Amino acid sequence: MRTTLGERLTDWAISGFMWGFRILIVFIVVYGTFSTLSSGKYTGEQWIDFIIFGISQGSIYALIALGYTMVYGILRMINFAHGEIFMSGAFSAYFLATWLDKMGFIDANPALGLIIPILFAMFMSASISMLVERIAYRPLRNAPRLVPLISAIGASFFLQYTFRGFFGPGVYAYPPIKALQGEWVFFGIGILKSQVIVAVSAAVIMAILYVIVMRTKIGKAMRAVSEDKDTAALMGIDVNRIIVSTFAIGAAMAGAAGVLYALIFRQVGFFMGFTPGIKAFTSAVLGGIGNIPGAMLGGLVLGVFESIGPALFLDGLGIPRPYQLKDAIAYTMLVMILLFRPSGILGERLTSKKA
Amino acid sequence: MTTPILTAKKVIKRFGGLVAVNSVDFEIPEKSIVSIIGPNGAGKTTFFNCITGFNKADEGTITFEGSDIQNLRPDQITRHGISRTYQNIRLFANMTALENILVGQHKFLHSSWISAILRTKSMLAEEKGALDEAQRLLNFVDLKRKGDLLARNLSYGEQRRLEIARALATRPKLLLLDEPSAGMNPRETEDLTSFIRKLRDELGIAILLIEHHMRVVMGISEFITVLDYGEKIAEGTPKEIQSNTRVIEAYLGRGAATEGMDTAHERFSNKKS
Amino acid sequence: MKKENFIWSSIKVGLLAGAIGIFLSLVGMVEVFNKRDVVEKVISLGMFLLLAISMIAGFIASRRTSDLLGGNQAGSNLLAGTLAGLFTGITLALFVLASDQLNLRAIFLNATPTLSGLLTFGRGSGGLWMLPVLGAGTGLAGGAFLLLPLLVRRPITHAIMVIIFSALFSSLFRVIMVNQGGGIEKAAKAIFSQTGLTINGALVFIFGTLFISILWSSQGAKVQNRVDRLPAKGKLSLRVFSILLIAYVAIMLPQAAGPFIAQVIVIISLYILMGLGLNIEIGFAGLLDLGFVAFYAIGAYTVGLLTSYGEYGLQHVSFWVAVPIAVLISMMFGGILGVPVLGVRGDYLAIATLGFGEIVRLLAGSDFMAPYLGGPRGIIGIQKPCIGTLGEFIAVDIPRVCNGIELSKPQDIYYVAIASALLIAFFSWRLRESRLGRAWMAIREDEDVAEALGIKLVQAKLLAYMLGAAFAGLGGAIFATLVGSIFATSMQLIVSINVVALIIVGGMGSIPGVVVGALALIGLPELLREVSEFRFLLYGMALIAVMLAKPEGLWPSQTISRELHHDEAADATS
Repeated sequence: MRTTLGERLTDWAISGFMWGFRILIVFIVVYGTFSTLSSGKYTGEQWIDFIIFGISQGSIYALIALGYTMVYGILRMINFAHGEIFMSGAFSAYFLATWLDKMGFIDANPALGLIIPILFAMFMSASISMLVERIAYRPLRNAPRLVPLISAIGASFFLQYTFRGFFGPGVYAYPPIKALQGEWVFFGIGILKSQVIVAVSAAVIMAILYVIVMRTKIGKAMRAVSEDKDTAALMGIDVNRIIVSTFAIGAAMAGAAGVLYALIFRQVGFFMGFTPGIKAFTSAVLGGIGNIPGAMLGGLVLGVFESIGPALFLDGLGIPRPYQLKDAIAYTMLVMILLFRPSGILGERLTSKKA
Repeated sequence: MTTPILTAKKVIKRFGGLVAVNSVDFEIPEKSIVSIIGPNGAGKTTFFNCITGFNKADEGTITFEGSDIQNLRPDQITRHGISRTYQNIRLFANMTALENILVGQHKFLHSSWISAILRTKSMLAEEKGALDEAQRLLNFVDLKRKGDLLARNLSYGEQRRLEIARALATRPKLLLLDEPSAGMNPRETEDLTSFIRKLRDELGIAILLIEHHMRVVMGISEFITVLDYGEKIAEGTPKEIQSNTRVIEAYLGRGAATEGMDTAHERFSNKKS
Repeated sequence: MKKENFIWSSIKVGLLAGAIGIFLSLVGMVEVFNKRDVVEKVISLGMFLLLAISMIAGFIASRRTSDLLGGNQAGSNLLAGTLAGLFTGITLALFVLASDQLNLRAIFLNATPTLSGLLTFGRGSGGLWMLPVLGAGTGLAGGAFLLLPLLVRRPITHAIMVIIFSALFSSLFRVIMVNQGGGIEKAAKAIFSQTGLTINGALVFIFGTLFISILWSSQGAKVQNRVDRLPAKGKLSLRVFSILLIAYVAIMLPQAAGPFIAQVIVIISLYILMGLGLNIEIGFAGLLDLGFVAFYAIGAYTVGLLTSYGEYGLQHVSFWVAVPIAVLISMMFGGILGVPVLGVRGDYLAIATLGFGEIVRLLAGSDFMAPYLGGPRGIIGIQKPCIGTLGEFIAVDIPRVCNGIELSKPQDIYYVAIASALLIAFFSWRLRESRLGRAWMAIREDEDVAEALGIKLVQAKLLAYMLGAAFAGLGGAIFATLVGSIFATSMQLIVSINVVALIIVGGMGSIPGVVVGALALIGLPELLREVSEFRFLLYGMALIAVMLAKPEGLWPSQTISRELHHDEAADATS
């Protein structure tokens, strides 16, 4: 080989470092888990609490992640404003729910009191998302990769601060649904009702989406477009319409997620979309980007790890207040998945060509 | 036959359920011109990609000058002395012709980033040498005065030649050309044929050719391998291939072996031109 | 048929403009801008905004009419403009009516009585008719504007732009001029009021601009011609002269301006520095890095720990020793973090680096690292740079004495930042013209082919990433000394986004583009502090607008711009 010693050394150093890194991470996880569990600091009930909370939070991430993954699958574009679409759903639902609550509607019909705001949020989010797509993304579809990304970042700021301008910088409390407060007790273990309802609702919405994508005509067209835009266009599919529908469907999922988020955390504010947005994108990568079941799985995995991670991995390492680092766990997981399985848990599905 | 420079044994490459290359044995003798032909989708380019490391073969071995190159990255394979061009030209469109060739020389340049910032004497000398070499290659492919043009602004034929020059800049012992005559008119094709022969004669490198244009293939190949549905269906000298019934069947469908191969082939590949 | 079309299209334009007006009112912009004047006692910024909307609506409707009718037809054009303006006004009037009746304030914070009062010109519902009338009037003016010959139109456009610009930055100009004292101070007070321009000032600017603009349109071509015909030597001296002029302004500006503006200029220069650093990653190698702030934080904390005389200070060395160490450590971290993620495809890199930025911020602010990095309390008491010798470190919270010149003011740090930026620009240029620069560009153009030509992708990318990290560290180090303290909360994602955005907005791969981008995205929002409430709203709008109007950036490097237009041409033909 015609390479200098220095270059070969760099090669070795890099691969050695990669292995060292992998081993280190595995060691930290195993050691942390072992020492936490052997210390017996947390009870079994606490672990179950962590997991249930993780599942409900993860199902919210999964709902948001669907929008990221579908848009990325078709346009190869990180829709940076997606977190704000989520936020706009939560806001719309908040105002409707407050109004319904004042009229006593929610107390009278808790089921409808949950479903109507969700539908309204889905509708509003989808509308806003279609508007954003029309103004900020569509004209840039053939521009180099970074241009729509910057435009999306701009749209994200624009939406955030539009909502801040409309509704102020404060945080609103989402009206409680009385029927969903309290706990259900399974086998002597109390589980918060709202968390269960959130996970179940998310599962139902995702099931509907799955049916839409796999069974309906528009779903088939979507899959065709994400496979190969040019060929799909030749087959008589209106690619533009499919892209808009993809945005709208993804946004509707995010809008619904916004309501569910508001149900668990009881807070609605203009900045609420940022962190869940990034986490959801992480989930999409985790599950394999472009892959719809992958996004669902990725969201759940991320939610659960984030929930149990601080206690399970970090506490055992003697880190004080490990929950401060729960977001760091999410991002570390992203790096780990890129290290161990770069195409995500279920593998990525991407169009071979850029838009 | 002389000793082979490249040997492939039982190479298999699958994409999902599709077997793109199925158990192909293959050899390239030193300083020879060898062609792979076959209908569209026969797995020719996939086989190319397996040799150059773009795809990893699922099974089988590929050895180059006696060493196993199968699990190497593309850049490592290039360092062994294999270089290639692409079916759809893949130049660095926004770099000048000269820069394109200089990138090809990357592996021979070793100055570090610090010496690049300081412009040390050795770095300048190295750059000067690289520039001279690049200019020589440009002359070799008749692009003498086009060095400062962006690659994208060159004509189609010029781009083809520049791509070959860029491949030559890595000083290969084996050059893989993927349909070099695609989109060329008969005159250009003629020039290309003699150019490929000149490459082998003057530089003493082996050449592996994927080509649809039968006149080129039959004119310069010393040995031809025919692939169909990922399998090797025939190999031999141009004469042997021309009279091989399996080959003619593969191209024309069964029972139509009377038509001339060249026209037949062009009919199958008319999408390309 | 055609006639119907243009009327309908004008009405649509009017409705759209009205919706935009409602949006701006609800976001609160109209009300807040009303506190600023364009011309004192004549027109406030908020009113100007609304009138500008209906006037632009009139202009656009008029232009669309010309398109529909295949040429200017004075009557139709004026009608279209009036209609558009009228409907803008009607929409707004309906909005005022609605907000009075429906208690919109329960949802929209800004649907206040003040806003209604403003929109009805203080006359309550009796003033409702004024909006449509004013709208129609301005719409008519906008429609008529199109009919004017270009020779007249251009000077007027220029005059309006200059008025807005000078009104927006009136406080800035005022401060600078008042600082000069004497006659300049008097002139400043005559031209600029506290909130905008005075009437005299407005007249000066209008007629001044008109005069210069008309002069230029009649004489400009001649001057241009004469410059073109200059001999090579003359051109060179012209260029040298303009460079010297820029250098003079760059050097003198922070001295002339007050401390506030100096602070803004330092921040701009810091972002220029970081933009140039990130340009190596994004512009040269095509690596999208959204975690620039991670290395910025590492650089800042390193300098903080090494030089601070506060509680967490470790070494108490001088700034000049600490900075190279900070740069090296940032670079080392760049290597450590880069190796695992540089093997993956582009967009994953963006999100992974974004994750790094967040991890670093979370760690720095956590209790886990608090014993070393101060946690939420941050690191304070960072020693200022000193040209000369530093006295001994005596005790915690007592700065070391500087025997020489202490660079304590923002203006002083500015020179450090600008010198560093020049150094990075020089480095970038040298690297670009080397085998590494070529390798990076090849990777940007086509990663697979680059690898097949023998370029080791991970190593080449790693070098670009590490250099980017080093310069981010340098930026952070200078920032730390500028502010004198570091808090984890200042290491937000917005820093990374700012740097990426200014590169793209300025024009990818172009050094003047970085400067323009930093001025536009960092400088303008810092200077327009009065509208700081809408800073990010305007920032978002600006990002979208620039990408839509000039995707290659404000000051593109030539190659990239050609590439974009080439693609467009290719799409048009295919």
